[in-house]
Amino acid sequence: MRETMAVEAIEVGTVIDHIPAGQGLNILARIQKLNSNARLTVGLNLPSKTSGLKDIIKVEGWLFSEQDAAEMALYAPNATVNIIEKYKVVKKFKIGIPEEFLGIFDCPNSNCISNKEPSPTRFRVKAKQKDLFLRCHYCERTFADTLFMPKSR
Amino acid sequence: MINPLYRKDIVSISDLSKENLELIVQLAQQFKQHGPSPYLQNNVIASCFFEPSTRTRLSFETAVQRLGGTLIGFSDGTNTSTKKGETLTDSIHMISSYADAIIMRHPQEGSARLASEVSTVPVINGGDGANQHPSQTLLDLFSIYECQGDLEGLSIAFVGDLKYGRTVHSLVQAMSHFNPTFYFIAPDILRMPSYFEESLEEAGIKFEYLDALAPAIETVDILYMTRVQKERFDPTEYMHIASQYVLNADMLSTAKPNMKVLHPLPRVDEIHPDVDRTANAYYFQQAENGVYAREALLALVMSETVKELHHA
Repeated sequence: MRETMAVEAIEVGTVIDHIPAGQGLNILARIQKLNSNARLTVGLNLPSKTSGLKDIIKVEGWLFSEQDAAEMALYAPNATVNIIEKYKVVKKFKIGIPEEFLGIFDCPNSNCISNKEPSPTRFRVKAKQKDLFLRCHYCERTFADTLFMPKSR
Repeated sequence: MINPLYRKDIVSISDLSKENLELIVQLAQQFKQHGPSPYLQNNVIASCFFEPSTRTRLSFETAVQRLGGTLIGFSDGTNTSTKKGETLTDSIHMISSYADAIIMRHPQEGSARLASEVSTVPVINGGDGANQHPSQTLLDLFSIYECQGDLEGLSIAFVGDLKYGRTVHSLVQAMSHFNPTFYFIAPDILRMPSYFEESLEEAGIKFEYLDALAPAIETVDILYMTRVQKERFDPTEYMHIASQYVLNADMLSTAKPNMKVLHPLPRVDEIHPDVDRTANAYYFQQAENGVYAREALLALVMSETVKELHHA
Protein backbone atom coordinates (compact mmCIF):
# COMPACT_ATOMS: atom_id res chain seq x y z
CA MET A 1 0.00 0.00 0.00
CA ARG A 2 1.35 3.41 -0.88
CA GLU A 3 1.86 5.65 2.15
CA THR A 4 -0.06 8.53 0.61
CA MET A 5 -3.16 6.38 0.34
CA ALA A 6 -3.22 5.58 4.05
CA VAL A 7 -5.05 8.82 4.83
CA GLU A 8 -7.18 10.51 2.24
CA ALA A 9 -5.79 13.66 0.59
CA ILE A 10 -7.31 17.05 1.52
CA GLU A 11 -8.02 20.04 -0.67
CA VAL A 12 -7.24 22.82 1.80
CA GLY A 13 -5.75 22.47 5.26
CA THR A 14 -2.76 21.22 7.22
CA VAL A 15 -1.05 17.86 7.33
CA ILE A 16 1.13 17.15 10.35
CA ASP A 17 3.44 14.36 9.31
CA HIS A 18 6.29 12.42 10.94
CA ILE A 19 4.74 12.55 14.40
CA PRO A 20 6.51 9.92 16.54
CA ALA A 21 4.13 6.96 16.89
CA GLY A 22 2.18 7.33 20.13
CA GLN A 23 2.18 11.15 20.20
CA GLY A 24 -0.62 11.50 17.65
CA LEU A 25 -3.35 11.37 20.27
CA ASN A 26 -1.63 14.02 22.42
CA ILE A 27 -1.47 16.32 19.43
CA LEU A 28 -5.06 15.53 18.60
CA ALA A 29 -6.10 16.58 22.10
CA ARG A 30 -4.22 19.90 21.64
CA ILE A 31 -5.88 20.60 18.30
CA GLN A 32 -9.30 19.84 19.74
CA LYS A 33 -8.60 22.20 22.63
CA LEU A 34 -7.81 24.96 20.12
CA ASN A 35 -10.87 24.22 18.01
CA SER A 36 -13.33 21.53 19.02
CA ASN A 37 -15.02 21.65 15.61
CA ALA A 38 -11.83 20.98 13.64
CA ARG A 39 -12.36 18.34 10.95
CA LEU A 40 -9.63 15.75 11.44
CA THR A 41 -8.37 12.59 9.83
CA VAL A 42 -5.93 10.59 11.87
CA GLY A 43 -3.52 7.82 11.00
CA LEU A 44 -1.75 5.94 13.77
CA ASN A 45 1.23 3.59 13.55
CA LEU A 46 1.74 4.08 9.83
CA PRO A 47 4.99 2.85 8.30
CA SER A 48 7.57 5.60 7.93
CA LYS A 49 10.50 5.57 5.56
CA THR A 50 12.80 7.20 8.08
CA SER A 51 11.69 6.22 11.57
CA GLY A 52 9.80 2.93 11.78
CA LEU A 53 6.27 3.94 12.72
CA LYS A 54 4.68 7.36 12.70
CA ASP A 55 1.36 9.07 13.29
CA ILE A 56 -0.16 11.56 10.88
CA ILE A 57 -2.96 14.10 11.32
CA LYS A 58 -4.82 15.97 8.60
CA VAL A 59 -6.76 19.06 9.51
CA GLU A 60 -9.25 20.19 6.86
CA GLY A 61 -9.89 23.85 6.14
CA TRP A 62 -7.42 25.24 8.68
CA LEU A 63 -4.02 26.55 7.63
CA PHE A 64 -1.72 26.30 10.64
CA SER A 65 0.45 29.27 11.55
CA GLU A 66 3.83 28.60 13.15
CA GLN A 67 2.26 29.71 16.45
CA ASP A 68 -0.52 27.12 16.07
CA ALA A 69 2.11 24.48 15.40
CA ALA A 70 4.18 25.54 18.42
CA GLU A 71 1.32 24.28 20.59
CA MET A 72 2.41 20.76 19.71
CA ALA A 73 6.15 21.35 20.04
CA LEU A 74 6.67 19.38 23.23
CA TYR A 75 5.12 16.23 21.76
CA ALA A 76 6.67 16.21 18.33
CA PRO A 77 9.35 18.86 17.76
CA ASN A 78 10.56 17.07 14.64
CA ALA A 79 7.17 16.64 12.99
CA THR A 80 6.61 18.41 9.66
CA VAL A 81 3.72 20.71 9.00
CA ASN A 82 2.48 20.81 5.40
CA ILE A 83 0.12 23.57 4.36
CA ILE A 84 -2.13 22.35 1.59
CA GLU A 85 -4.01 24.38 -0.98
CA LYS A 86 -5.69 22.83 -4.01
CA TYR A 87 -4.30 19.42 -2.96
CA LYS A 88 -0.75 20.77 -3.19
CA VAL A 89 1.84 21.52 -0.52
CA VAL A 90 2.32 25.30 -0.65
CA LYS A 91 4.40 25.62 2.54
CA LYS A 92 6.31 23.16 4.69
CA PHE A 93 8.00 23.66 8.05
CA LYS A 94 9.20 21.75 11.09
CA ILE A 95 7.32 22.35 14.31
CA GLY A 96 10.55 23.09 16.21
CA ILE A 97 10.80 24.29 19.80
CA PRO A 98 9.70 27.88 20.45
CA GLU A 99 11.54 30.14 22.89
CA GLU A 100 8.39 30.60 24.91
CA PHE A 101 5.05 28.85 25.48
CA LEU A 102 2.30 31.41 25.98
CA GLY A 103 -1.06 30.37 27.39
CA ILE A 104 -0.66 26.72 26.45
CA PHE A 105 0.08 24.82 29.65
CA ASP A 106 -1.02 25.26 33.24
CA CYS A 107 1.86 25.74 35.68
CA PRO A 108 2.58 22.47 37.54
CA ASN A 109 3.09 24.53 40.72
CA SER A 110 -0.41 24.56 42.21
CA ASN A 111 0.42 27.68 44.23
CA CYS A 112 1.50 29.67 41.17
CA ILE A 113 -0.61 32.78 40.59
CA SER A 114 -0.72 32.13 36.83
CA ASN A 115 -3.17 29.27 37.35
CA LYS A 116 -5.70 31.54 39.03
CA GLU A 117 -5.62 34.79 37.11
CA PRO A 118 -6.97 35.73 33.68
CA SER A 119 -3.60 36.46 32.05
CA PRO A 120 -2.01 33.61 30.05
CA THR A 121 0.59 31.30 31.59
CA ARG A 122 4.10 31.83 30.26
CA PHE A 123 7.11 29.51 30.16
CA ARG A 124 10.61 30.03 28.80
CA VAL A 125 12.15 26.99 27.21
CA LYS A 126 15.63 25.91 28.28
CA ALA A 127 17.40 23.05 26.57
CA LYS A 128 20.08 21.18 28.45
CA GLN A 129 21.82 18.42 26.50
CA LYS A 130 18.90 16.31 25.26
CA ASP A 131 16.45 17.40 27.94
CA LEU A 132 14.00 20.26 27.82
CA PHE A 133 12.99 22.39 30.78
CA LEU A 134 10.27 25.00 31.09
CA ARG A 135 10.75 27.93 33.46
CA CYS A 136 7.59 29.65 34.65
CA HIS A 137 7.77 33.40 34.09
CA TYR A 138 5.68 33.96 37.23
CA CYS A 139 6.70 31.54 39.98
CA GLU A 140 10.26 31.25 38.52
CA ARG A 141 10.33 27.47 39.00
CA THR A 142 11.86 25.22 36.38
CA PHE A 143 10.13 21.98 35.37
CA ALA A 144 11.11 19.05 33.18
CA ASP A 145 9.07 18.88 29.97
CA THR A 146 7.71 15.46 31.00
CA LEU A 147 5.61 17.18 33.66
CA PHE A 148 3.56 18.78 30.90
CA MET A 149 2.76 15.52 29.12
CA PRO A 150 -0.54 13.77 29.83
CA LYS A 151 0.11 10.98 32.33
CA SER A 152 -1.49 8.13 30.38
CA ARG A 153 -3.98 7.47 27.67
CA MET B 1 24.61 59.94 37.74
CA ILE B 2 21.69 58.21 36.00
CA ASN B 3 19.80 56.15 38.53
CA PRO B 4 19.17 52.77 36.84
CA LEU B 5 16.48 51.76 39.35
CA TYR B 6 14.20 54.77 38.82
CA ARG B 7 10.62 53.57 38.27
CA LYS B 8 11.79 49.97 38.07
CA ASP B 9 9.72 47.10 39.50
CA ILE B 10 11.59 45.17 42.17
CA VAL B 11 10.19 41.67 41.81
CA SER B 12 13.05 39.20 41.86
CA ILE B 13 16.68 39.38 42.89
CA SER B 14 17.55 37.94 39.47
CA ASP B 15 16.31 41.20 37.87
CA LEU B 16 19.04 43.18 39.66
CA SER B 17 22.57 43.45 38.30
CA LYS B 18 25.69 43.46 40.43
CA GLU B 19 25.88 47.25 39.97
CA ASN B 20 22.23 47.65 41.07
CA LEU B 21 22.94 45.65 44.22
CA GLU B 22 26.06 47.68 45.02
CA LEU B 23 24.15 50.91 44.51
CA ILE B 24 21.45 49.92 47.00
CA VAL B 25 24.01 48.78 49.57
CA GLN B 26 25.95 52.01 49.17
CA LEU B 27 22.87 54.18 49.65
CA ALA B 28 21.65 52.10 52.61
CA GLN B 29 24.95 52.83 54.30
CA GLN B 30 24.64 56.57 53.59
CA PHE B 31 21.12 56.60 55.06
CA LYS B 32 22.24 54.65 58.12
CA GLN B 33 25.11 57.05 58.79
CA HIS B 34 23.49 60.38 57.89
CA GLY B 35 19.74 59.72 57.92
CA PRO B 36 17.47 59.68 54.87
CA SER B 37 16.33 62.71 52.86
CA PRO B 38 12.63 63.24 52.08
CA TYR B 39 12.63 61.44 48.73
CA LEU B 40 8.99 60.34 49.09
CA GLN B 41 7.51 63.75 49.90
CA ASN B 42 4.11 64.12 48.20
CA ASN B 43 4.10 60.41 47.37
CA VAL B 44 1.39 58.01 48.46
CA ILE B 45 2.70 54.47 48.83
CA ALA B 46 0.31 51.51 48.96
CA SER B 47 1.40 48.86 51.43
CA CYS B 48 -0.63 45.80 50.43
CA PHE B 49 -0.09 42.78 52.61
CA PHE B 50 -2.41 40.04 51.38
CA GLU B 51 -0.90 37.89 54.12
CA PRO B 52 0.39 39.04 57.51
CA SER B 53 4.01 39.98 58.17
CA THR B 54 5.76 41.65 61.07
CA ARG B 55 9.27 42.74 60.16
CA THR B 56 8.80 43.25 56.45
CA ARG B 57 5.67 45.36 56.73
CA LEU B 58 6.80 47.42 59.72
CA SER B 59 10.23 48.13 58.29
CA PHE B 60 8.83 49.06 54.87
CA GLU B 61 6.26 51.35 56.47
CA THR B 62 8.91 52.89 58.70
CA ALA B 63 11.08 53.48 55.65
CA VAL B 64 8.21 55.18 53.76
CA GLN B 65 7.48 57.48 56.69
CA ARG B 66 11.12 58.36 57.29
CA LEU B 67 11.42 59.32 53.62
CA GLY B 68 8.44 61.66 54.04
CA GLY B 69 5.86 59.58 52.17
CA THR B 70 2.33 58.73 53.24
CA LEU B 71 0.82 55.26 53.37
CA ILE B 72 -2.40 53.58 52.37
CA GLY B 73 -3.02 49.86 52.47
CA PHE B 74 -3.91 46.83 54.50
CA SER B 75 -2.04 44.35 56.67
CA ASP B 76 -4.16 41.28 56.06
CA GLY B 77 -5.96 40.21 52.87
CA THR B 78 -8.98 38.79 54.69
CA ASN B 79 -10.70 42.17 54.96
CA THR B 80 -10.25 43.16 51.33
CA SER B 81 -12.15 42.59 48.11
CA THR B 82 -9.88 39.57 47.48
CA LYS B 83 -12.06 37.83 50.04
CA LYS B 84 -15.06 38.60 47.84
CA GLY B 85 -13.35 36.87 44.94
CA GLU B 86 -11.70 39.80 43.16
CA THR B 87 -8.72 38.76 41.05
CA LEU B 88 -5.29 40.11 41.95
CA THR B 89 -5.20 41.64 38.47
CA ASP B 90 -8.25 43.79 39.22
CA SER B 91 -7.07 44.72 42.73
CA ILE B 92 -3.69 45.91 41.44
CA HIS B 93 -5.28 47.73 38.52
CA MET B 94 -7.32 49.74 41.00
CA ILE B 95 -4.59 50.31 43.61
CA SER B 96 -2.12 51.49 40.97
CA SER B 97 -4.56 54.24 40.03
CA TYR B 98 -4.50 55.52 43.63
CA ALA B 99 -0.86 55.24 44.71
CA ASP B 100 2.58 56.22 43.39
CA ALA B 101 4.08 52.81 44.17
CA ILE B 102 2.90 49.47 45.53
CA ILE B 103 4.68 47.40 48.14
CA MET B 104 3.04 43.99 48.27
CA ARG B 105 3.21 40.61 49.94
CA HIS B 106 1.04 37.80 48.66
CA PRO B 107 0.82 34.08 49.51
CA GLN B 108 1.08 32.90 45.90
CA GLU B 109 4.27 32.55 43.90
CA GLY B 110 4.48 34.86 40.89
CA SER B 111 1.96 37.35 42.29
CA ALA B 112 4.42 40.23 42.32
CA ARG B 113 5.50 39.59 38.73
CA LEU B 114 1.87 39.52 37.64
CA ALA B 115 1.16 42.72 39.60
CA SER B 116 4.13 44.46 37.98
CA GLU B 117 2.67 43.69 34.57
CA VAL B 118 -0.73 45.09 35.47
CA SER B 119 0.38 48.10 37.51
CA THR B 120 1.15 51.50 36.02
CA VAL B 121 3.32 52.39 39.03
CA PRO B 122 6.39 50.53 40.38
CA VAL B 123 5.74 47.32 42.32
CA ILE B 124 8.08 46.24 45.10
CA ASN B 125 7.83 42.60 46.10
CA GLY B 126 7.67 42.07 49.87
CA GLY B 127 7.48 38.28 49.40
CA ASP B 128 5.48 36.14 46.96
CA GLY B 129 4.75 32.74 48.50
CA ALA B 130 7.86 30.56 48.55
CA ASN B 131 9.39 32.38 45.58
CA GLN B 132 11.18 35.69 46.13
CA HIS B 133 11.73 38.23 48.87
CA PRO B 134 14.22 40.66 47.31
CA SER B 135 14.20 43.31 50.04
CA GLN B 136 15.25 40.65 52.59
CA THR B 137 18.19 39.83 50.34
CA LEU B 138 19.10 43.50 50.08
CA LEU B 139 19.19 43.91 53.83
CA ASP B 140 21.23 40.69 54.09
CA LEU B 141 23.69 42.07 51.53
CA PHE B 142 23.92 45.39 53.31
CA SER B 143 24.50 43.61 56.64
CA ILE B 144 27.22 41.44 55.13
CA TYR B 145 28.88 44.49 53.59
CA GLU B 146 28.60 46.41 56.84
CA CYS B 147 30.17 43.73 59.03
CA GLN B 148 32.83 42.54 56.55
CA GLY B 149 33.65 45.83 54.80
CA ASP B 150 33.36 44.11 51.42
CA LEU B 151 31.16 41.70 49.49
CA GLU B 152 33.92 40.15 47.37
CA GLY B 153 35.49 36.76 48.02
CA LEU B 154 33.66 35.83 51.23
CA SER B 155 33.03 32.34 52.65
CA ILE B 156 29.43 31.84 53.65
CA ALA B 157 27.76 28.85 55.29
CA PHE B 158 24.01 28.37 54.97
CA VAL B 159 22.46 26.21 57.67
CA GLY B 160 19.02 24.63 58.09
CA ASP B 161 16.23 24.55 55.55
CA LEU B 162 17.96 25.08 52.22
CA LYS B 163 15.21 23.47 50.17
CA TYR B 164 12.26 25.70 50.91
CA GLY B 165 14.03 28.77 52.32
CA ARG B 166 13.51 31.58 49.85
CA THR B 167 15.89 33.87 51.75
CA VAL B 168 18.69 31.36 51.20
CA HIS B 169 17.97 30.96 47.49
CA SER B 170 17.86 34.70 46.85
CA LEU B 171 20.98 35.44 48.90
CA VAL B 172 22.90 32.66 47.15
CA GLN B 173 21.83 34.20 43.82
CA ALA B 174 22.85 37.70 44.88
CA MET B 175 26.19 36.72 46.46
CA SER B 176 27.06 34.70 43.34
CA HIS B 177 28.05 38.04 41.74
CA PHE B 178 30.85 38.45 44.29
CA ASN B 179 33.11 35.40 43.88
CA PRO B 180 31.98 33.60 47.06
CA THR B 181 32.64 30.16 48.53
CA PHE B 182 29.47 28.53 49.84
CA TYR B 183 29.10 25.78 52.43
CA PHE B 184 25.72 24.10 52.78
CA ILE B 185 24.72 22.36 55.99
CA ALA B 186 21.29 20.75 55.91
CA PRO B 187 19.46 17.48 56.54
CA ASP B 188 19.31 15.36 53.39
CA ILE B 189 15.67 16.13 52.70
CA LEU B 190 16.27 19.88 53.02
CA ARG B 191 19.25 20.16 50.64
CA MET B 192 19.40 22.92 48.03
CA PRO B 193 17.13 22.09 45.05
CA SER B 194 19.15 20.28 42.37
CA TYR B 195 18.47 22.93 39.71
CA PHE B 196 20.10 25.44 42.06
CA GLU B 197 23.21 23.30 42.50
CA GLU B 198 23.38 22.92 38.71
CA SER B 199 23.22 26.66 38.12
CA LEU B 200 26.03 27.19 40.67
CA GLU B 201 28.13 24.59 38.87
CA GLU B 202 27.44 26.23 35.53
CA ALA B 203 28.48 29.60 36.93
CA GLY B 204 31.67 28.09 38.38
CA ILE B 205 30.79 29.00 41.98
CA LYS B 206 32.64 27.01 44.64
CA PHE B 207 30.32 25.15 47.03
CA GLU B 208 30.33 22.06 49.21
CA TYR B 209 28.09 20.26 51.67
CA LEU B 210 29.29 19.76 55.24
CA ASP B 211 27.90 17.23 57.73
CA ALA B 212 28.14 19.44 60.79
CA LEU B 213 28.31 23.03 61.95
CA ALA B 214 31.75 22.83 63.63
CA PRO B 215 33.98 22.69 60.52
CA ALA B 216 32.06 25.59 59.00
CA ILE B 217 32.34 27.78 62.08
CA GLU B 218 36.15 27.90 61.98
CA THR B 219 36.26 28.58 58.23
CA VAL B 220 33.57 31.05 57.26
CA ASP B 221 33.08 34.81 57.38
CA ILE B 222 29.28 34.56 57.53
CA LEU B 223 27.18 31.86 59.19
CA TYR B 224 23.67 32.25 57.81
CA MET B 225 21.25 30.30 60.03
CA THR B 226 17.65 29.49 59.08
CA ARG B 227 14.74 27.87 60.82
CA VAL B 228 13.96 24.20 60.21
CA GLN B 229 10.19 24.08 60.21
CA LYS B 230 8.75 21.55 62.63
CA GLU B 231 5.80 20.69 60.41
CA ARG B 232 8.08 19.12 57.81
CA PHE B 233 9.07 16.28 60.19
CA ASP B 234 7.53 13.84 62.62
CA PRO B 235 8.26 14.88 66.24
CA THR B 236 11.09 12.39 66.95
CA GLU B 237 12.78 13.09 63.65
CA TYR B 238 12.48 16.82 64.29
CA MET B 239 14.12 16.50 67.74
CA HIS B 240 17.03 14.61 66.18
CA ILE B 241 17.46 16.92 63.21
CA ALA B 242 16.97 20.15 65.12
CA SER B 243 19.63 19.15 67.67
CA GLN B 244 22.23 18.89 64.88
CA TYR B 245 21.55 22.38 63.59
CA VAL B 246 21.45 24.36 66.80
CA LEU B 247 24.10 26.98 67.45
CA ASN B 248 25.23 27.89 70.97
CA ALA B 249 27.87 30.28 72.30
CA ASP B 250 30.45 27.57 73.15
CA MET B 251 30.55 26.43 69.54
CA LEU B 252 31.73 29.88 68.47
CA SER B 253 35.07 29.68 70.31
CA THR B 254 36.86 28.58 67.11
CA ALA B 255 35.26 31.25 64.91
CA LYS B 256 37.40 33.81 63.08
CA PRO B 257 37.22 37.27 64.73
CA ASN B 258 35.36 38.75 61.76
CA MET B 259 32.81 35.92 61.63
CA LYS B 260 29.19 37.05 62.03
CA VAL B 261 26.03 35.04 62.53
CA LEU B 262 23.01 36.14 60.49
CA HIS B 263 19.42 34.89 60.61
CA PRO B 264 16.37 36.27 58.75
CA LEU B 265 14.33 35.87 61.98
CA PRO B 266 12.08 34.80 63.58
CA ARG B 267 14.34 32.22 65.20
CA VAL B 268 12.90 29.41 67.24
CA ASP B 269 15.45 26.97 68.71
CA GLU B 270 18.24 27.09 66.18
CA ILE B 271 20.22 29.91 67.85
CA HIS B 272 20.53 29.60 71.62
CA PRO B 273 19.91 32.95 73.36
CA ASP B 274 23.46 32.79 74.82
CA VAL B 275 24.75 33.53 71.30
CA ASP B 276 23.09 36.97 71.51
CA ARG B 277 25.83 38.16 73.89
CA THR B 278 28.74 37.06 71.70
CA ALA B 279 30.60 39.39 69.36
CA ASN B 280 29.59 37.12 66.50
CA ALA B 281 25.84 37.72 66.80
CA TYR B 282 24.65 40.12 64.14
CA TYR B 283 21.01 39.17 63.51
CA PHE B 284 19.47 42.06 65.44
CA GLN B 285 21.62 44.61 63.59
CA GLN B 286 20.57 42.74 60.44
CA ALA B 287 16.87 43.22 61.30
CA GLU B 288 17.49 46.91 62.01
CA ASN B 289 19.21 47.22 58.64
CA GLY B 290 15.92 46.24 57.03
CA VAL B 291 14.78 49.83 57.42
CA TYR B 292 17.91 51.34 55.78
CA ALA B 293 17.96 48.85 52.93
CA ARG B 294 14.26 49.50 52.23
CA GLU B 295 14.75 53.26 52.48
CA ALA B 296 17.52 52.99 49.90
CA LEU B 297 15.39 50.84 47.63
CA LEU B 298 12.39 53.16 47.83
CA ALA B 299 14.49 56.28 47.27
CA LEU B 300 16.10 54.79 44.17
CA VAL B 301 12.81 53.56 42.71
CA MET B 302 10.94 56.81 43.38
CA SER B 303 13.54 59.50 42.75
CA GLU B 304 15.34 60.05 39.48
CA THR B 305 18.34 61.62 41.17
CA VAL B 306 19.74 60.69 44.55
CA LYS B 307 22.17 63.30 45.81
CA GLU B 308 23.90 61.06 48.38
CA LEU B 309 25.33 58.98 45.57
CA HIS B 310 27.19 61.95 44.05
CA HIS B 311 29.53 62.33 46.95
CA ALA B 312 29.68 58.68 47.90
